[in-house]
Amino acid sequence: MSIELKMPALSPTMEEGTLAKWLVKEGDTVSAGDVLAEIETDKATMEFESIDEGTVGKILVEEGTEEVKVGTVIAILAAEGEDASDIDAPADDASEDPIPGEGKDVGRDPSEAEITKKPDAKPRAEDPDIPEGTNMVKLTVREALRDGMAEEMRLDDRVFVMGEEVAEYQGAYKVTQGLLDEFGPKRVIDTPITEYGFAGIGAGAAMGGLRPIVEFMTFNFAMQAIDHIINSAAKTNYMSGGQMRCPVVFRGPNGAASRVGAQHSQNYGPWYASVPGLIVLAPYDAQDAKGLMKAAIRSEDPVVFLENELVYGQSFEVAQLDDHVLPIGKARIMREGSDVTIVSYSIAVGIALEAAEELAGEGIDAEVIDLRTLRPLDKEAVLTSLAKTNRVVIAEEGWPTCSIASEIVAICMEEGFDHLDAPVTRVCNEDVPLPYAANLEKLALIDTARVVEAVKKVCYVD
Amino acid sequence: MAKASTSGKKKAPAKKTNTPAAVDDNFSLSTLQDELEKSKRFKADKDQLLHFYEQMLLIRRFEEKAGQLYGLGLIGGFCHLYIGQEAVAIGLQSALDNDTDSVITGYRDHGHMLAYGIDPKVIMAELTGRAAGISKGKGGSMHMFSTEHKFYGGHGIVGAQVALGGGLALAHQYNEDGGLCLAYFGDGAANQGQVYETMNMAALWKLPIVFVVENNQYAMGTAVRRSSAETEFYRRGAAFRIPGMHVNGMDVLEVRQAAEIAFKHVREGNGPVLMECETYRYRGHSMSDPAKYRTREEVQDQREKNDPIERAKVDLMKLKVSEDDLKATDKSIRSIVSEAADFAESSPEPEPSELYTDVLVEEY
Repeated sequence: MSIELKMPALSPTMEEGTLAKWLVKEGDTVSAGDVLAEIETDKATMEFESIDEGTVGKILVEEGTEEVKVGTVIAILAAEGEDASDIDAPADDASEDPIPGEGKDVGRDPSEAEITKKPDAKPRAEDPDIPEGTNMVKLTVREALRDGMAEEMRLDDRVFVMGEEVAEYQGAYKVTQGLLDEFGPKRVIDTPITEYGFAGIGAGAAMGGLRPIVEFMTFNFAMQAIDHIINSAAKTNYMSGGQMRCPVVFRGPNGAASRVGAQHSQNYGPWYASVPGLIVLAPYDAQDAKGLMKAAIRSEDPVVFLENELVYGQSFEVAQLDDHVLPIGKARIMREGSDVTIVSYSIAVGIALEAAEELAGEGIDAEVIDLRTLRPLDKEAVLTSLAKTNRVVIAEEGWPTCSIASEIVAICMEEGFDHLDAPVTRVCNEDVPLPYAANLEKLALIDTARVVEAVKKVCYVD
Repeated sequence: MAKASTSGKKKAPAKKTNTPAAVDDNFSLSTLQDELEKSKRFKADKDQLLHFYEQMLLIRRFEEKAGQLYGLGLIGGFCHLYIGQEAVAIGLQSALDNDTDSVITGYRDHGHMLAYGIDPKVIMAELTGRAAGISKGKGGSMHMFSTEHKFYGGHGIVGAQVALGGGLALAHQYNEDGGLCLAYFGDGAANQGQVYETMNMAALWKLPIVFVVENNQYAMGTAVRRSSAETEFYRRGAAFRIPGMHVNGMDVLEVRQAAEIAFKHVREGNGPVLMECETYRYRGHSMSDPAKYRTREEVQDQREKNDPIERAKVDLMKLKVSEDDLKATDKSIRSIVSEAADFAESSPEPEPSELYTDVLVEEY
């Protein structure tokens, strides 16, 4: 049977090329690997090799021909025992797509656009009830995070913690305090200072069936490991068609600390929240920290869990319940109000609550929403509150450009426009690397006064 | 909630945390190499060698076909062919315990999947981006996985698979399942920092992992000598007290013999091994590589004098396998590959609704 040699595509973008030179002539015997021709693409001159053995029958496209479309039959190869001279040239079909629609994003009916519409989001689960009479205890966020991890480690042997100073040192910020004593060195693993490496090992262990909690001493250092968080952890389930999961938790303090300068002070919430395939959590108080830590560890998806060093030592009431797991993707109304909505997360929730108290004294009733989860974002909570108050201010400890605040503004514009009585307003850090000097640092960071001022502005109060 | 089994058939030694990993002052880089030198080639019987030959030939014919389909525009994007390197995957993977051991590699991954006996149809259909592909058409040439076979990909970021492989090895150790991880990377990836971060931790924790450098002489277009201060890659674990092996990756029997030695060492709880397999890729780095950085004669020389399939063929002849039998084998492999190609061309593209599936496992 004769074999048609077609103009090959020699790069991901090639549609046509120049048949620069034939290196064989009619009647030549060729074997696999022999170079038949030189073809010029827009990028380079490539050699066109034979894949089969045979005799060159007819050459159909002369050398020097330009703009030869990919798929055009350029020559015929006669197989063993065939007479090359008997072969007829096929009808010219180069003008047609040789295999219609195959491998190309063409030919899709416009009506299919409907099918590709993103499925509607399902209503999110509510927080489980805390039964009346439940004992409430004061816990720091640091203790709550530790308790959340310890509870899950007791329940599931696959859960382990790794990171710098997590074991013998008891945690650089003491979040893993006591875990080594209870669970031993197999499950509480001190790593060398090697973020890229241990983030990869953590992700790989998750692919291999374990439930790693990878602590970054701070998320600033996770910049060295961000490839594994995004390319390895976030994308694998999709790229494998749902075959390979990566249930890892990357956790550690995030955002500005105190007087540590620009390299140690950054909020990565918006970075990770922009990546499909990740869950991004950034709780504020101890109850949420614990309940969401438990949810993060149980999730089959990779989770980035953003804590805040300045909040670690703050104490909050936590319900003394055996297994209080909070839903991922559900915002929490921290304070109900009717005049304006302040949307916030992480440390800025405290600032928003302070601002709301101050505003109450001036007759403005502010509702404060803690997003808690940055991805998937609870749009419903924001839009429902907007419909009630008609005004939204976002308070975020982070840069304003391409921020979570920007995202909330976009959501309000696209889906809540009719309810708006004033421009949605961002209150963020200044758009500069965080300075060291005490006065400059203070100037750079979001504070209560700025939130109060913004709220008054959207309420048209002087 | 399902829990991982902590009872394995082969119990790995418990990890020590407080004693230095390297208390042995007599570390010698060449311990395992010395063993290989004693007897370099695995003594395969006729059936075994015939099987290796068939598997290598399947990879070669499959890759040739993939190149062809790429030329026709049926395969898009990047497509890295394994032609020339077949003996590495076959020699190593034939020595694995497939019930426990895991494998991970970079983007030149078709051969490693075929070495597992994974159906060529679903691999080819992934290359053409079809719903029947092993990743439902959502991964492509560089991103293919088979958790069923403990094949963990198929990774597109150069060197990333090495750290991930360290994690797979950690899971073997943690679960005490007696398994090891085989982590492949190229001479190009060997210059990535995370490779050494992983070697450090693997040696420190005595992880059951075999690092395999498939040295095909060129990191894309850059020859080893132009990119690497230490071109003897097997020596690069010395800083972490990882024994090195230098293996002819064009000889399936030598690779297999080296695998036997390395796997035994790792399974006995001695920590990682770094094996360099010297090999050669006949084709460009990817399909769009004109390969102008080397001469045609150099490639031809390798093909003629060093081809792993030809070498196995000569060995088979010595074992009294007839030329006719080998021709029949070739014919049947060609038909398997043709069938795979037909399947990959004719099966449908993914449903548009697949766009939104598998982003997350759970619903929130």
